[in-house]
Amino acid sequence: MRRVAALVVNGLVLMAALLTLAPLAWMVSASLMPSGEASAVPPLLLPSRPTLANYADLFAHVGIGRAVVNSVLLTAGVTLLSLAFNVAAGYAFAKLRFAGRDRLFKLLLAALVIPGQVAMVPLFLLLKQLGLVNSYGGVIVPAMASIFGIFLVRQYALSIPDDVLEAARIDGAGEGRIFRSVVVPLLRPIIVTLAVFTALGTWNDFMWPLIVLNDSDLYTLPVTLASLSREHVQDSELMMAGSVLTTLPVLLVFLALQRAYIRGLTLGSVKE
Amino acid sequence: MRGVAGWWFVAPALVVIGVFFFLPVLAALALSFTDFDIYALADGRNLRLVGLGNYAALLVSPLFWRAFGNTLYFVVVGVPLSVAVSLATALLLHSRLLRLRGVFRTALFAPVVTTLVAVAVIWRYLFNPHHGLLNYALGLLGVPAIDWLGDPNWAMPAIILFAVWKNFGYNMVIFLAGLASIPEALYEAARVDGASAWRQFRHVTLPMLAPIVAMVNVLTIAGYFQLFAEPYVMTQGGPLQSTVSVLYFMYEEGFKWWNLGSASAVAFMLFVFIFGVTALQLRLARWQYAP
Repeated sequence: MRRVAALVVNGLVLMAALLTLAPLAWMVSASLMPSGEASAVPPLLLPSRPTLANYADLFAHVGIGRAVVNSVLLTAGVTLLSLAFNVAAGYAFAKLRFAGRDRLFKLLLAALVIPGQVAMVPLFLLLKQLGLVNSYGGVIVPAMASIFGIFLVRQYALSIPDDVLEAARIDGAGEGRIFRSVVVPLLRPIIVTLAVFTALGTWNDFMWPLIVLNDSDLYTLPVTLASLSREHVQDSELMMAGSVLTTLPVLLVFLALQRAYIRGLTLGSVKE
Repeated sequence: MRGVAGWWFVAPALVVIGVFFFLPVLAALALSFTDFDIYALADGRNLRLVGLGNYAALLVSPLFWRAFGNTLYFVVVGVPLSVAVSLATALLLHSRLLRLRGVFRTALFAPVVTTLVAVAVIWRYLFNPHHGLLNYALGLLGVPAIDWLGDPNWAMPAIILFAVWKNFGYNMVIFLAGLASIPEALYEAARVDGASAWRQFRHVTLPMLAPIVAMVNVLTIAGYFQLFAEPYVMTQGGPLQSTVSVLYFMYEEGFKWWNLGSASAVAFMLFVFIFGVTALQLRLARWQYAP
């Protein structure tokens, strides 16, 4: 009885996992196929002779190298800047006393229900006034701080014992110094978590870069891919190579830092 | 002294959030009462107040209602399906009989971290009626070919199928955390009372998990209302506008036709609607789980 149950459970999970991974596996396989093979009837699961021609094509003729550079720079920029802003604010909301702190934090939390898209039209007009539309700044500047990031850091920072901070203060350390040499090392795990979250979120983001970047030289990978897919619909193998190029980096980062990522997911969803 | 230090720490983040989020949200409300369009974009003097004109125009616009109906369809069918798949996989992954749990969890979670646009491109080919893998696999089971993205009746179900595949891992991980936090003692007590596996699930697991299910529902519904990239990449709103979502409508209204006043009104209506649904659910949940 128990063995049958074990067989059923393992079998079901194996099937679910295979079904889940199948589209990703086909993406990789199709990206290595010679032109036309991905549209064969009946479908081929593996390339008849694997080739990297599609990847070469992407760089040589489609100029996807630009998009890779844009995505990397924007992701790095947003991640570094927003970490600095969010970690400082999250720590202060948890551990420093200042007038209006709790009311302010409640206001921020309440604002989490507002979908970001509500702000998009006026944000576009504002950035246009500031001359940031169609530039890296248009993507980076509005993303330099996030309520979610502040919230995540605050939840974690609450666990820093006050004694540690008091001891440093008695030793005569200023608040800035305490932050750098005591708090940041203690917050390391949540900083890694927030970094992974922000980096993946920025890399994958689509709607805002689509709106604020008009020049195809500035397109990120997802925006490039979306615009390619509207032109190169027939060229399945090329499109799959583009998809691999876009998703592989995030999948690798996730695999390497999986625990940090999952921690953010469970910590971030436990509100209060 | 310390009071001042605290402000220095939060000020940079608050300025960014204030200027680039709170201010635009308020401006969106103001903008929704104007006829801001491409002429106003060129010269601010062309801007006029129209009161509730944008809202009135939208409420008689067939395409707006179409978009609203499509989005509602996506939410009403997609969310229960997605939460059910998340719950089922979480229960399976939590089973003590399972081997290689970590590997399977990673595999099932993988679509969540992938880039939406890139995987939407993959699924467009999988959904191809002639050489797509999906129809081929269904054909082996004897199911006749379906024109997934070309048939107005199938396009939204296809997008739902894709969205469930992409998202179920997220809630699965939250359910797993919830399952892990149920005290083992409760199961032991149930077993001592001779409860079968099914009764343990029915009388221990489900009630203990219920608040988490409620929370997951609220968050997933709010998220599913924000459907945009899937139709943008897979169907461009078609066929016959069967996959135009509210946000897709807002995007075209605002950034294709440059009716920014009207687009702001769309965004605000969506927000008010999501807010209303969320508030209603929270009230229901409080009423249901009140001690």
